[in-house]
Amino acid sequence: MYEFDWSSIPGALPLLGKGLLVTLEVTLTAIVVGIGWGTLLAVARLSSNRLLSFLAAGYVNLFRSVPLVMVILWFYLIVPQALKGLFGQDIGDIRLVSALVAFALFEAAYYSEIIRAGIQSVPKGQVAAGLALGLTPGQTMRLVVLPQAFRNMIPLLLTQAIILFQDTSLVYVIGLSDFFGTAYKVGDRDGRLVELLLFAGAAYFVICFTVSRLVKHLQARFIK
Amino acid sequence: MNYNWNWSVFLTPVPSGETTYLGWLFTGLQWTVALSLSAWVIALVVGSIVGVLRTVPNRWLSSFAAVYVECFRNVPLLVQLFSWYFVLPELLPPALGNAYKQSDPLLQQFLAAMLCLGLFTAARVAEQVRAGIESLPRGQKNAGLAMGFTLAQVYRHVLLPMAFRIIVPPLTSEFLNIFKNSAVATTIGLIELSRQAQQLVDYTAQPYEAFIAVTLLYVCINVTVMFLMRRLEEKVRVPGFIGGK
Amino acid sequence: MRKTLTLAAAAVIGSALCAAPVLAQESPTLKKIKDTGSITLGHRESSIPFSYYDDKQQVIGYSHEMMLKAVDAIKAELKLAKLDVKLMPVTSANRITLLQNGTVDMECGSTTNNLERQKQVGFSTSIFVIGTRLMAKKDAGVKDFPDLAGKNVVTTAGTTSERLIRKMNEEKQMKMNIISAKDHGESFLTLESGRAVAFMMDDALLYGEMAKAKRPGDWVVVGTAQSKEAYGCMLRKDDAGFKKVVDAALTKAMTSGEAEKIYNKWFMNPIPPKGLNLNMPLSDDMKALYKAPNDKAYE
Repeated sequence: MYEFDWSSIPGALPLLGKGLLVTLEVTLTAIVVGIGWGTLLAVARLSSNRLLSFLAAGYVNLFRSVPLVMVILWFYLIVPQALKGLFGQDIGDIRLVSALVAFALFEAAYYSEIIRAGIQSVPKGQVAAGLALGLTPGQTMRLVVLPQAFRNMIPLLLTQAIILFQDTSLVYVIGLSDFFGTAYKVGDRDGRLVELLLFAGAAYFVICFTVSRLVKHLQARFIK
Repeated sequence: MNYNWNWSVFLTPVPSGETTYLGWLFTGLQWTVALSLSAWVIALVVGSIVGVLRTVPNRWLSSFAAVYVECFRNVPLLVQLFSWYFVLPELLPPALGNAYKQSDPLLQQFLAAMLCLGLFTAARVAEQVRAGIESLPRGQKNAGLAMGFTLAQVYRHVLLPMAFRIIVPPLTSEFLNIFKNSAVATTIGLIELSRQAQQLVDYTAQPYEAFIAVTLLYVCINVTVMFLMRRLEEKVRVPGFIGGK
Repeated sequence: MRKTLTLAAAAVIGSALCAAPVLAQESPTLKKIKDTGSITLGHRESSIPFSYYDDKQQVIGYSHEMMLKAVDAIKAELKLAKLDVKLMPVTSANRITLLQNGTVDMECGSTTNNLERQKQVGFSTSIFVIGTRLMAKKDAGVKDFPDLAGKNVVTTAGTTSERLIRKMNEEKQMKMNIISAKDHGESFLTLESGRAVAFMMDDALLYGEMAKAKRPGDWVVVGTAQSKEAYGCMLRKDDAGFKKVVDAALTKAMTSGEAEKIYNKWFMNPIPPKGLNLNMPLSDDMKALYKAPNDKAYE
């Protein structure tokens, strides 16, 4: 039978903590940028401007039909060149930067679909009322429709955030040391991969399960 | 950017000479499709069982199903995959584990990825099945029971046929997800599409051609699946429901 | 003759006064390093004892020390008071792409200089010579390549060994199952966990992996070398100015005996992570290389 040896975990906790920070950094950036850019995409997609709506739909459908692994690899390939054009040479850890960009742009496609559904769930009368009050279409969207839409969407947005938190482990493919990557490297270094993988799985479970309970709780409070 | 585009690279033979790089891409495509379809079968079967169990009036069964769903939903796919591939063989009795590890590596990678993807997606399918069953009016179940059906018969003849027709659209998106998630198998070395993309980059140093080709293949898979599922959706649509005829 | 001398003298004085700007103009990499005051070095994460992490996540190893010699020379050449050295881990599979797309400026690890790669990147003077062989468990009955027929064999993706063994498998119809792992660490894990009976790789790296085994005594390096290969530092292609500076530094280290000291430190003394001594005396090929450094690929 396999003999478990958990002794390499306590010493690795500071490293794992650092990895968790990277995971959180990628997750939070992707949430913030993803929701911002996703909202713009959703509004563009619903706009009466044919070209705008076509471009937004193309963006969303492209990102939604390609595996995240490929997207991460794509940006790892492209980002160094693009960034050099934008910011010059001094860009720090290219893996982190390309992961941040990849996740933000990828998640925006998914968020935009949630937000689009949220906007469509707002009754048409609200828009008519806004316009009748003399607001411009832009103002109606910003002041009337979006606030209500977001309220309806919060549980879905949070659920997507949990999925995103788990998906960030895929930065493994570009060798970035997030929480999972660090656990794998420590396991490889000490020859205790089995224990480290089980530990990482348990840690992800505890975090995601707790947050998803909180989301359920929130959902119960919001939708009465 | 001075990049030398060279699309003819796909027609050049690979170093070991038995095929061209285009051949590699097709091998990758075959593995991706085979992996996704077989995992989908597991996901549908296990997902339906777990989904049904979540709704049955038996505490043990429904909490077992709930635990299953929570476990598979709250651990990243990559961690699950590595657990199937690296951890499970170590936990088997040594003789069995060693025999398994000596078998064809491609088979090991495929089995691990298939089980992992199948059981992971099953948790999500289960949630859809449950939602489908719960969306049916309670009267349907009661009517079935009142007519003298056993509970199993009610599920078999009344609830499930309706529930499955209702949840076809969300299942379509899970079906699409399984193709995309299959790319994760690249991390344990299965030579599916995205692995072939990386291998092509390594061998030919023409990263853009390789990535563009593979990305297009994924888009094609997506479009094909969507087209087929649309046809299915139209066929099974329930009259009288939103989107029905 | 006199004219040449004067010219030469002028060149010497000139280079002393303004060599850096001239060179920097010729070489895009040097210009970049000068402009930004920083250089990005590619290193490996588990190429023991060439370039790998110790237990404090610091990069160490023979190739890494040789690379730092070149960095010192670059700094002196460009007359920079301060040179910011950034480290970027690369894998066998992505090192060429990362060098080409400008992520790293040079990579000294365990990269073989061969004609195929010369089409894509440039190579410095060679820094090491290896043979590609096998590592297997002592009692596994693997003595040489023919013993591998029908068995599982692991190698690292993107290496020359991967190409060699695939070719051998195809040509000799050996029906081996070849596993391509992401890096040497994963290859060894595959071997150690029993998924493969043998690990084909550069002999020095095999000894390095042995050094981190749970029981190093269980493993042996066997088999006829399938190829003799020279490691070089990878530089961007057609950047003669940069290559000149790097080559000069490496040549100086090798002919002055410094390189041999570094060699002894990594191959004849206990090394991290487990304090094992690889005990690999300097080979004749290595002695020849140190005597007459060159950037030739074997083949």
